[in-house]
Amino acid sequence: MIKDMFQVLTENGRAAPEREPKLPASDLQKLYSLMATTRAADLKALKLQRQGRMGTFAPSLGHEACQVGSAFALQPKDWVFPYFRDLGTYITLGFPLKNYYLYWMGNEEGMRIPADLNIFTISVPVGSQLPHSVGCAMAMKYKKEQAAALAYFGDGATSEGDFSEALNFAGVFKTPNVFICFNNQYAISTPVKRQTAAETIAQKANAYGFDGIRADGNDVLAMYILTREALEKARSGGGPTLIEAFTYRMGNHTTSDDASRYRKETEVNDWSRRDPIERFRLYLKDKGLWDESFEDRVQKEAEVLISKALEEAESTPPPRPEDLFIHTYKDMTPELNDQLAELRDLLKGGPR
Amino acid sequence: MRLNMVQALNQAMHQEMERDLRVVALGEDIAVDGGVFRLTEGLLEKFGPERVIDTPLAESTIVGASIGMAVAGLRPIAEIQFMGFIYLAMNQIIAHAARLRNRSRGRFTVPIVIRTPYGAGVKALEHHSESTEALFCQIPGLKVVVPSTPYDAKGLLIASIRDEDPVIFLEPTKLYRAGRQEVPEEPYEVALGQAKVVREGEGLTVVAWGAMIPVAQQAAEIVGKDGIFPEVIDLRTLAPLDRETVLESVRRNGRLLVVHEAPKTCGLGAEIAAFVAERAMFQLEAPVLRITGQDITVPLAKGEDYYYPSPERVARGIKKILES
Repeated sequence: MIKDMFQVLTENGRAAPEREPKLPASDLQKLYSLMATTRAADLKALKLQRQGRMGTFAPSLGHEACQVGSAFALQPKDWVFPYFRDLGTYITLGFPLKNYYLYWMGNEEGMRIPADLNIFTISVPVGSQLPHSVGCAMAMKYKKEQAAALAYFGDGATSEGDFSEALNFAGVFKTPNVFICFNNQYAISTPVKRQTAAETIAQKANAYGFDGIRADGNDVLAMYILTREALEKARSGGGPTLIEAFTYRMGNHTTSDDASRYRKETEVNDWSRRDPIERFRLYLKDKGLWDESFEDRVQKEAEVLISKALEEAESTPPPRPEDLFIHTYKDMTPELNDQLAELRDLLKGGPR
Repeated sequence: MRLNMVQALNQAMHQEMERDLRVVALGEDIAVDGGVFRLTEGLLEKFGPERVIDTPLAESTIVGASIGMAVAGLRPIAEIQFMGFIYLAMNQIIAHAARLRNRSRGRFTVPIVIRTPYGAGVKALEHHSESTEALFCQIPGLKVVVPSTPYDAKGLLIASIRDEDPVIFLEPTKLYRAGRQEVPEEPYEVALGQAKVVREGEGLTVVAWGAMIPVAQQAAEIVGKDGIFPEVIDLRTLAPLDRETVLESVRRNGRLLVVHEAPKTCGLGAEIAAFVAERAMFQLEAPVLRITGQDITVPLAKGEDYYYPSPERVARGIKKILES
C-alpha cells in the first residue's frame, strides 16, 4: 500500500462505502464511457503513427482515471492548463477530437481552442504552464469570478523552477488554483526517485503553505472527489491545493521512445493489474451498471466519434502559407509581408 | 510640464491604469517601495494592492503569471528589476509570450508589457549594465521598444500598453534622469514601429537608439565643427524594425554608421548593415561601419569607459567613413 494515498476503489473494484461520491448512475456510466473513449482514441493514434498518418504522439495509456476523474469535476467557468499527455482531459471537456488529432498530425490549426472552452493550449516545455495557471487564477480573483484554474503536469515537472515559483506564488497570493501532478513514475527514462528525495510529491505543498494530498491516480472516483473538493475550496477563497495522482505511464513516453530500455517488464505487468478502466468496470458491474451490451454501446459510440474525427482531421487541407504568417502579430509587419510574398512567388513559379 | 523620463513613464502608467481597469502592474519592489528607480511610485496608493502587486523574487513567474493574466483578459505591466535578470524569464518570453497567438491561431493573445531598465554608463554592479536587446529582436512575435526622450518614453509606453502583442520595453538607465523635456499632460501614443529622424543632415546617416542617441548627437556636434552634418535616426522600436526610414535616409546620404552599446557581433547593427546591403548597396559610397560596445562582458565601473561608445569614438567613426 502506498503511503497516505486516498482511495475509493480497491484494485478489484470494491468501494469503501463511506467514501463513494453521490453521483447518479448516469454520471458513473459517463465516467466509464469517457475513459473507454480516451483509451480507444489513444490506441487509434498509436496505430495511425505507425502507419505514418500521425506524427510523434504522447499516449495517455494508464492515465484515463486521473485525467477523466479530475476533469469531470470542472465547471464551465473554470480554466484548465494541460500538458502534453492529457487526451482524457480534452475528451471529458468536450474538446473536438478532430483538433487533437490534427495538432499531433502537425497542423497548428488543431490548437485553435473553441471559443466556449476555457482550455489553454498544450505547453511542451515541461512545467512552464504552471505560472500561466497562477496568473489566470490571480486574474479571476481580481475580477471576483467564482472560478478556479487547474493545471496538469507530470512528476518530472516538479523538478523545474517554474513548479517551485508557481506554487510559491499560489501560496503567497492564496490563488484559486488546483495543481494536479500525474506522478506516473517516469519522465521519459528518469524515475521519480531521481526527481526528488521527498517521500511524496504531495508533501511539497507544505513548503508553499498549502495542502497537498496524494490520490490513487488509477481510481477515477478518488480523483473526482479530491479534485471536486479542491476546486470548491479554490472557488470559495480557500486557496490552492496540490494533488499528487499516483499512477503509471503504461505506454512509452512518446512514439519515439522505447521504455524497455529503462524499465522491467515485470514492473509494467504489475501495474497492468491495476488498470484504471478494468477496476471501474468491476465496480460498475457490481452495481448492475455494466454489462456486455453497455460495453458494446460504449465501444461503438467511441468508434463513431473517432472515425468521424479522423476523417475530418485527414480531410483538413494543409495550412496555406499565409496561415503561418498572420498569427505572428495582430497585424502583419512590412518584413513579414515581404517574406510571405517571396514564399508565394517561389511556390508559384519555382526557381527562376 | 517639464518631466524627466522616470516621471514621464510614471505618468503613463498612472494614466493607463486610470483609463483601463484591465491594466495591472507586478514585479519586485514595485508597490510599497515604488520600484528601485521609483518608476511605479504612487501606483499602489492610487490603485491598491490588487492592481499593483509586489511579487516574490521569481522572474519566470512574473512573466509567466502575466501571460496567464493576459489570457484571462487583463493587460499586465511586468517589471523586471534589471535587464541582467531577465534571462530567468527567457523561457516564458520566448516559448510562450511570443508564440501563444500563433500556437492558438489567434484565440489567445498576450498583450503584456515587460519593462526593464537596461544599458551601461551608470557605473553599476555586474548584471546591471546589460544591453542584450538583439536576443529579443530575433524572436518572432515580440516587439522591442527603446525610448530615448521623456516625450517618446510616455507615448511609446502608452502605445505598448495598448498594443495587442507582447512588448519588451527597454528603459535606458542612463537617461532616466538625464534631463527634462516638455511632456503633454494628456495621454498620447507614439506609434510603435516608426523610427524618427532626430537630427537632419546630409552626407551620412547615423542610426542609433536609447542612450546612444545623446552620444550620437554629441558626436554630430563635434564633427559639425569640421563642417560635417550627419543625419541621426532614432529607431525607437527595434522590432518590428522601420527599415523604410533607414533606407530612405541611406539612399539619400550614401553612407551609414550604426551605433549601439551592445556587443558588436550579432548585435542589431549587423541586421541593419545587412538589409542596407540587400536593398541599398548601389547607393552606398562607402562601407557601412559599426561603433558598438566591445565583444566582452560589460566591465565594472573602473573599466566601463573602455567598453562604452563615447561621442569621440562615434565622431572618429563618422570621419573614418567620410575618408574611405
